[in-house]
Amino acid sequence: MLSIVAIDYGTPQAKSTTPVALRIDGHTVNVPEGTSVLRAAAQAGIHIPKLCATDMLDAFGSCRLCLVEIEGRPGYPASCTTPVTAGMQVTTQSPKLGELRRGVMELYISDHPLDCLTCPANGHCELQKMAGVVGLREVRYGSDGANHVAPQTQQGKTNQRFVAKDKSNPYFVFDPSRCIVCSRCVRACDDVQGTFALTMQGRGFESKLAASLDERFLDSECVSCGACVQVCPTAALSEKSLIEMGQAEHSVVTTCAYCGVGCSFRAEMRGETLVRMVPNKEGHANHGHACVKGRFAIGYTHHPERITTPLIREKISDPWRVVGWDEAIARAAGEFKRLQNQYGKFSIGGITSSRCTNEETYLVQKLVRAGFGNNNVDNCARVCHAPTGYGLKTTLGESAGTQDFDSIEQTDVVLVMGANPTDAHPVFGSRLKQRLRAGAQLIVIDPRSIDLVRSPHIQADYHLKLKPGTNVAVLNALAHVIVSEGLVDEDFVAQRCESEAFEKWCALVTQDRYSPKAMAATTGVPAAVVRGAARLYATGGNAAIYYGLGVSEHAQGSTAVMGIANLAMATGNLGRPGVGVNPMRGQNNVQGSCDMGCFPHEFPGYRHVADPVVRAAFESEWGVTLHDQPGLRIPNMFEAALDGSFKGLYLQGEDIAQSDPNTRHVTAALQAMECIVVQDLFLNETAKYAHVFLPGSSFLEKDGTFTNAERRVSPVRKVMEPKAGYADWQITQLLSKAMGYPMHYTQPSEIMDEIARLMPTFQGMSFEKISRMGSVQWPCDAEHPDGTPVMHVGEFVRGKGHFMLTEYVPTAEKVNAKHPLILTTGRILSQYNVGAQTRRTANLAWCSEDLLEIHPHDAEERGIVEGDWVGIESRAGDIVLHARISARMQPGVVYTTFHFPGSGTNVITTESSDWATNCPEYKVTAVQVTRVTQPSEWQQRHQAFSEKQQALLEQSLDVIGSY
Amino acid sequence: MKLFVSTDSSSLSIGAQAVIDSLSDAARRRNIPVDLVRTGSRGLFWLEPMIEYEHQGQRLAFGPVTPVEVPNILDALVTGNRQHPLNLGPVEELFKTQGQQRVNFRRCGEIAPTSWSDYLATGGSRGLLRALQIGPAAVIETVTRSGLRGRGGAGFPTGVKWRTTWHAAGATKYIVGNADEGDSGTFADRMLMEGDPLSLIEGMVIAGFAVGAEQGYIYLRSEYPHAQQTLQAAIDVAYTNALLGNNILASGQHFDLQIRIGAGAYICGEETALLESLEGKRGTVRYKPPLPAVHGVFGKPTVVNNVITLATVPAILAEGAEAYAAIGHDTSRGTLTVQLCGNIRHPGLYELPFGCTLGHVVESLGGGSASGRPIRAVQVGGPLGAYFPTTLFDTPLDYEAFAERSGMIGHGGIVVFDDTVDMAEQARLAMGFCALESCGKCTPCRIGAVRGVEVIERILTGCSSERERNLLLLRDLCQTMLDGSLCALGGLTPYPVLSALNHFPEDFARVAERPAS
Repeated sequence: MLSIVAIDYGTPQAKSTTPVALRIDGHTVNVPEGTSVLRAAAQAGIHIPKLCATDMLDAFGSCRLCLVEIEGRPGYPASCTTPVTAGMQVTTQSPKLGELRRGVMELYISDHPLDCLTCPANGHCELQKMAGVVGLREVRYGSDGANHVAPQTQQGKTNQRFVAKDKSNPYFVFDPSRCIVCSRCVRACDDVQGTFALTMQGRGFESKLAASLDERFLDSECVSCGACVQVCPTAALSEKSLIEMGQAEHSVVTTCAYCGVGCSFRAEMRGETLVRMVPNKEGHANHGHACVKGRFAIGYTHHPERITTPLIREKISDPWRVVGWDEAIARAAGEFKRLQNQYGKFSIGGITSSRCTNEETYLVQKLVRAGFGNNNVDNCARVCHAPTGYGLKTTLGESAGTQDFDSIEQTDVVLVMGANPTDAHPVFGSRLKQRLRAGAQLIVIDPRSIDLVRSPHIQADYHLKLKPGTNVAVLNALAHVIVSEGLVDEDFVAQRCESEAFEKWCALVTQDRYSPKAMAATTGVPAAVVRGAARLYATGGNAAIYYGLGVSEHAQGSTAVMGIANLAMATGNLGRPGVGVNPMRGQNNVQGSCDMGCFPHEFPGYRHVADPVVRAAFESEWGVTLHDQPGLRIPNMFEAALDGSFKGLYLQGEDIAQSDPNTRHVTAALQAMECIVVQDLFLNETAKYAHVFLPGSSFLEKDGTFTNAERRVSPVRKVMEPKAGYADWQITQLLSKAMGYPMHYTQPSEIMDEIARLMPTFQGMSFEKISRMGSVQWPCDAEHPDGTPVMHVGEFVRGKGHFMLTEYVPTAEKVNAKHPLILTTGRILSQYNVGAQTRRTANLAWCSEDLLEIHPHDAEERGIVEGDWVGIESRAGDIVLHARISARMQPGVVYTTFHFPGSGTNVITTESSDWATNCPEYKVTAVQVTRVTQPSEWQQRHQAFSEKQQALLEQSLDVIGSY
Repeated sequence: MKLFVSTDSSSLSIGAQAVIDSLSDAARRRNIPVDLVRTGSRGLFWLEPMIEYEHQGQRLAFGPVTPVEVPNILDALVTGNRQHPLNLGPVEELFKTQGQQRVNFRRCGEIAPTSWSDYLATGGSRGLLRALQIGPAAVIETVTRSGLRGRGGAGFPTGVKWRTTWHAAGATKYIVGNADEGDSGTFADRMLMEGDPLSLIEGMVIAGFAVGAEQGYIYLRSEYPHAQQTLQAAIDVAYTNALLGNNILASGQHFDLQIRIGAGAYICGEETALLESLEGKRGTVRYKPPLPAVHGVFGKPTVVNNVITLATVPAILAEGAEAYAAIGHDTSRGTLTVQLCGNIRHPGLYELPFGCTLGHVVESLGGGSASGRPIRAVQVGGPLGAYFPTTLFDTPLDYEAFAERSGMIGHGGIVVFDDTVDMAEQARLAMGFCALESCGKCTPCRIGAVRGVEVIERILTGCSSERERNLLLLRDLCQTMLDGSLCALGGLTPYPVLSALNHFPEDFARVAERPAS
């Protein structure tokens, strides 16, 4: 079912700008060339009946309700498939058309249940509406004919055509009896999502929707993006929540709280109860599409494990004590003040959440800088895209991706490196696949055969299946080919880049040791493949690079980012639509928390704390004196805690005990501190080491903004009251006040106004503008009042582009006889990051544990078969997972995810990190894998500890229950 | 001694192989060296199996031959005393008597189907050489002037179609030969592919040259295994002799051709469903426009022509547009390959100039019904063609003349019924056929055909008071299908239904009263 407020124009908007004038029912209508007659009429307010057409999908022409009369043309053309022509005279209503439409509708209804009043689609069913529109009054075919509606025939025999409901998918039901075979679902699956899981099976009257080879939806290739459910005109595909609750009565536009795509949604509500999430067709990042997480996995927001009351305790072995907000805040502030008195101003700090809004994350860094009086603030980009910030700032002058997502429409060559968009950024992944199916060429640089390498109607032109840890070697080999074969865009480089740095870079990469042939032994990529990819990237037209954590989470993460920027500059692939360097940001607001200055060395807007002019501006606005030296990065905080100099930490929705590398090191640091204040929805892994728990609010419970991977600032809107009473920004404000630095915001828009005053790139930003435009991409200033879709047009932000030298330095994390395999980590579609949200949803149906993927060869050598317990041992620790044998891997490389805390994936990852930013080298850990029979010692201890912490929590919550 | 026997699938189906076996056996016993040439069929099915021989530059025939008669015939040939009850005389004389004018089928039955030398000796490749000489524009002009129209059924002017593809933007274009001959009572495509496949290949090469396509596909129905074998052999011969490949007849032109086998769906004879199937997808109909000529297979400009249409082209080029246009009637120029079958004495393929009447074909050429009973109806143009009563036998074979009488010539198939036919049952069958073969995309066809069967059944079994109501419903349904369907399957199914209802209303009234059998 479409959104309850959607206006459906029937066919997509035409891309042309050439106007065409035609007459429809006597009215002159002007529309762009390529517009369908159906859409032209709809834009003029004339609604031609339709069923198979919807504006998310190309015209199909099957329902035959939208037939019209066109002067000078024979018969009754379908208005959805007929493009407008100049001077065309269209009649949309006539006695003949009325008869035809009634005739068609009579056929539809002769094979459809008549239980409208109790049907889930009642009130928003398009079939029901059309029956009314065409004036159907009678179905003369009777009810004893062939049908898909009744389980039994009138003679009491089994109706072979009837198929019972498929309820296997946790989020939606397929009821074949209500299907009108319009193929909207199939087209959405093919054309929009690109999974090709659905098909019409059989032909004629026997046509029926089938998932994969007529399997249950859950067992099929369906990835549960829900596009089919959204476009279904009847109740054949309906959300279970809709079936249970009934129609929503109002809808609020908000922004998804999962990945960095930042999809716009309409939260469809009944009062304060969420009925369903429907992606917003007007959303600039997603254009009406969504994935299984954003659309469906929202159950965590009202999960029973959510904690809605503040808790405190003296020691982590104590039970929690349920307290009021005042007491909890007083305890936290009191402890922080005590620690600062006892151990000095720099003994405490804060970590901001990339799940929270810009306003909230801004407030935490403000609290640390102005309230704590130091710069000990960091955010999760430390463990993901800090190298992106550093690398792009150094080369191009701005710490963000260069393009908007729509730019992909003009891309001819896509280079995906160390990113798995179909799993980690699914909505952009679908968009990318659309472009690839339309003819763009693809280079994938990834140690694994990710879906993009080969999936329905997609095949990478080049897959550089490199050994983990050799990104820079591959980038240098690509550069070697581009420079030595004369494929550099000399004009671009001469005009826009620093020539001396360019020459130095050329001199480096053209050295023989960086030739594809010389690098092949290091990277494992055949020289011919590297050469082909380099030539394609440099000469294939508009080439765009999309990269992810597979680039940044390495000892040379920053070097690789700079290598990417170098390639783009050398080939002139920057500064216009269709090209660029695009980091796929992991979290919904990790771009935002970086922008908001949640770094120990930078104020909001990426300006160094040592810069006196910038500092003065903040001091003036905030009314305090600010420290001029960088504070502690997250890993430094751990070191300092273990040294005894760092004693208290305020964590806003960040689960470092699960997400950061070398878990045992992290938990030791947490235990060494005297006051850990965790603000979160759940008792997460870190909260198990906390002394104060402040219950946070979900994205549905507050106003604010998120900034996605394309620098797009989108609105987050409160659709229900915070379950624990306060939005996160209010909690930070309470804490700040208790710390002696009162803040006086009455609503988040005031925080944004302050940000706009202080950040040049946000100068023109306001809630009012974001509301009016839907979303705004920074920089938004006097020069770009409506925002900036594409950066570095005409000139780089730093002036001249700066080629950085990218010497390849092999990681210290090397395989040897003891640890002969390389472990690399990543994500899967159905789970998200540490899993705090998705593990508390029905997404568990697809994945309920982290698995170790291992190549058949490596598995056979070790006698491992599918499903075996396998021990994975690194120099940092060992864990045990079940094995999945997968030829996606290359021999010598194993892979797992980190969605489940009990797996302890980060027990075995090491402290090896990026030389520039300390971003951990999650992607390379030397390990050995062996068959074992039981969970590892750490896992057993973790389980015991978790059970104890859970018990302590339940004890205290029982106290509330007894009130 | 050189003898000719057809090994076309219809000939085989009535015992050609047994005749050949008997012939070999008899020749061995008599120690007579026989050079047996296996040919396509002459289309004179009631005279098959035939044994042909050459005499004074003419081809003469015996038929219909049974294995028992073979030794006698061999003896007659050896002795030179050819008086034999089965001696049919010169084949050309038979054609002449029937008024046949063989353009497409001039080689069929005459030559060994995949013999390059036979092909050249009978004028093969002359059309292509001429085309290469005059250039694409002149080729299209020639085809246009010849008046050739699509023989698959729609009768669209071939030259216009080619011109559209020629003008369409894009470097990659395709030629598709539609050999998914699914109409009931038709077999012309198959006969041609088994009897003279090189003419089809040559026609496709010319089409490719004319519009700028370098790749062709023949979409062949899976039910034609013999045709597939012969076609493949012919394609191999064509490559060997540079009729296909990257230097066609030393011209530097390039054209490749492959066969693609269908999966048993009638709808895949519809050009857009064919293209979907050719792309490996489910055979459903595409909406038009865009026309395949502009947006065809794999989204590229594509000429989709019927086998006969394409095979006519070499003759038009070789003999000139005027020679072809001189044959025929009004706006229907050239010849029509009538395929006569059903309840008829002389079934077979008759290549006739447009313009002779339906009655002439059925009664004079066909010799009346096989059962000897009076003819009551004929269905022209396949399962979607109208049923014509004998009162319409004056209708000339002409696209427009048939259209005026709510009928269509289609692919030229004529199925004959005598007076025992139940026309209401035929109407029900028409709806049933549509229900069986509907691709399921558009509503009028997908649901309408099923309801059509049900309504007709209700008319035939229900009480007379309901009959009027259901007859009205049937007519309404036909109108919805006629005006509302996406393609010709749903759009033309009402033709046989309404023609049965209009011309034979008594069958719809009568049947209800008859006792249950």
